[in-house]
Amino acid sequence: MEFMGFLRENGEVGVRNYVAVIPTVGCVNEAVEAIAGRVPGLKPLLHHQGCCMIPSDIEVVERTLIGLGSNPNVAAAIIIGLGCESVSIDRVADGIAREGKPVEALILQEAGGFSKVVAKGVEAARRCLEYAERFRRQAFDLSHLMIGIKCGSSDATSGIVSNPAVGLVADKIIDAGGTVIFGEVTEIIGAEHILVKRAESQAVANQIIKAVDDLENRIRSLGIDVRGSNPTPGNIRGGLSTLEEKSLGAVVKIGRRPINGVLDYGERPRGKGLYMMISPGREMEFLTGPVAGGAQLLIFTTGKGAPQGYPIAPVIKVCGNPDTVKRLSEHIDVDVSGVISGNETLEEAAEKIFEKLIKVASGEKTRAEILGYDKTMNIYVRGMIL
Amino acid sequence: MKRAITLSEKDNVAVALEEILEGEDVEVTIGGEKIILKALNNIPFGHKISLRRIRRGEKIIKYGEPIGEAVTDIEQGEHVHVHNIKSIFV
Repeated sequence: MEFMGFLRENGEVGVRNYVAVIPTVGCVNEAVEAIAGRVPGLKPLLHHQGCCMIPSDIEVVERTLIGLGSNPNVAAAIIIGLGCESVSIDRVADGIAREGKPVEALILQEAGGFSKVVAKGVEAARRCLEYAERFRRQAFDLSHLMIGIKCGSSDATSGIVSNPAVGLVADKIIDAGGTVIFGEVTEIIGAEHILVKRAESQAVANQIIKAVDDLENRIRSLGIDVRGSNPTPGNIRGGLSTLEEKSLGAVVKIGRRPINGVLDYGERPRGKGLYMMISPGREMEFLTGPVAGGAQLLIFTTGKGAPQGYPIAPVIKVCGNPDTVKRLSEHIDVDVSGVISGNETLEEAAEKIFEKLIKVASGEKTRAEILGYDKTMNIYVRGMIL
Repeated sequence: MKRAITLSEKDNVAVALEEILEGEDVEVTIGGEKIILKALNNIPFGHKISLRRIRRGEKIIKYGEPIGEAVTDIEQGEHVHVHNIKSIFV
C-alpha cells in the first residue's frame, strides 16, 4: 500500500504542499491575515499566544511554532513578529531552517508598521510559493505517515462504532511502520491502568502515570473532582456505567499496539509507533499538538458532528451516528453508521476509513478543506496569562 | 430479532445497537459466533446486556477490559448498568 506525497529536503514526506505564515504572537495576526489575503495559496496560522506568559509556556509556544513550520506539509514558512514579544523570532526561524526549509522572518516594529511589513510579507510569500512549485507528488509507503487521532462532540455511537473502527486503523498504520499520536489526557483519567499495561517500558509507564497525575492534581487544586463527577448524568443516560468504561470508549480509538513513548505538547516522536502526547481535549489546542509533532493527517471521530479542520493538515471526520451522517453530511468524510444499522462490521468500517486515509494523503480533499472550515487553531497553555 | 455488539471476544456484556424490549430475542456476534439471548429487561440503545450469568464481585468486561464489578448476581440477558455494577478504581 502506498500514498502519493511530497518529498522534502530533510527526507520527510508531506501530504499537502503549503506555504505557512506564522505569527510569533497574537499581536501581529492582522498583518498575517493581510498577507494571506493578498497572496492566494498561503496558510495563515493565527493563534493568540506568544507573550505575557510564564517562561515554560513561552518555551512550549516556541517549540510548537517550530514544529508547525517544520511539518512535512509545509514547503516554506514566513514568520511575522512584533518586535517586543517574549517568543524569540530568531529561535523560531532558526528551528525551522534547521529542517532544511526556506524561512523568511519579518518584524512589524522594525519594518515600519503594518503596511510595510505586509508589503514585505507579500514579496516573501511570492518567493516561498515559487519554491513550493518544485514539489511533485510521488509514491511512498505508509511508514512515512504520522497520524493524530482525536474524538470530539462524542455520543453513544463513538465508543461502540467510530472509536473501535479507528482503533483498527491505528493498528494497521503502526503495523505498516507508521506513527500514531494520541493525547487528550483528560479522557485518559480512569483508563490509565490499561495504558500503563501497554507501555513499552517501565519508564514509559511512569511517564503515563505522571502525565495523568499532573493533570488530575491541577484539576483537584481548583476544587474539581474528575473521578467523582464522571460519568456525567448524560453519560449514564447514554449507557455508560463507570468512569473506566467512559475512558475506555475514548482510548479504544488508539488501537491495541504497545505505547512507545510520552511526548510533551508539540514534541516530535523520536521513533515510529504509538505515542501519547500531553495535550488537552479541546479541539483547537489538541489538533495543533500532533501537527507540531510532525503529523501530516488527523483522524477525528464524532457522534454529534464536530465541523473543524486544521489549517495545514487534513482532518478526516468519521461518524457512526446514522442521524448525524444524514443531517450533517457536509462535515462527515467517512460514514460508518452501517455498523449500527447492521449493514457492515467494524472491520469493514475500518477498511473504509483506511481507504479514505490513503486517498486524502494522496491529495483528495476532506469535507473541512472543501468548506474552508479549517482556519481556527490555538496553542495549549498551562500557566497563567500575565 | 434485535441486535447488540461486542467489542472484544473476552467481553461478558454486549451493547444494544437499537432499543430492546423485555422478552425480545437479541442476536450478538462474539468471536465470530452468533448467539441469541432473551432480554430480561428493557435495554435502551447504547446500554449493556449480559451475555452470561455474572456472579456478584465478578468483573464486567467490555473492550476486553474490566469496566467495573458486579454488586449483585446478574443473569444472562439482564440490563447491566449503575444499579448492578460499580467502578473498581474510583
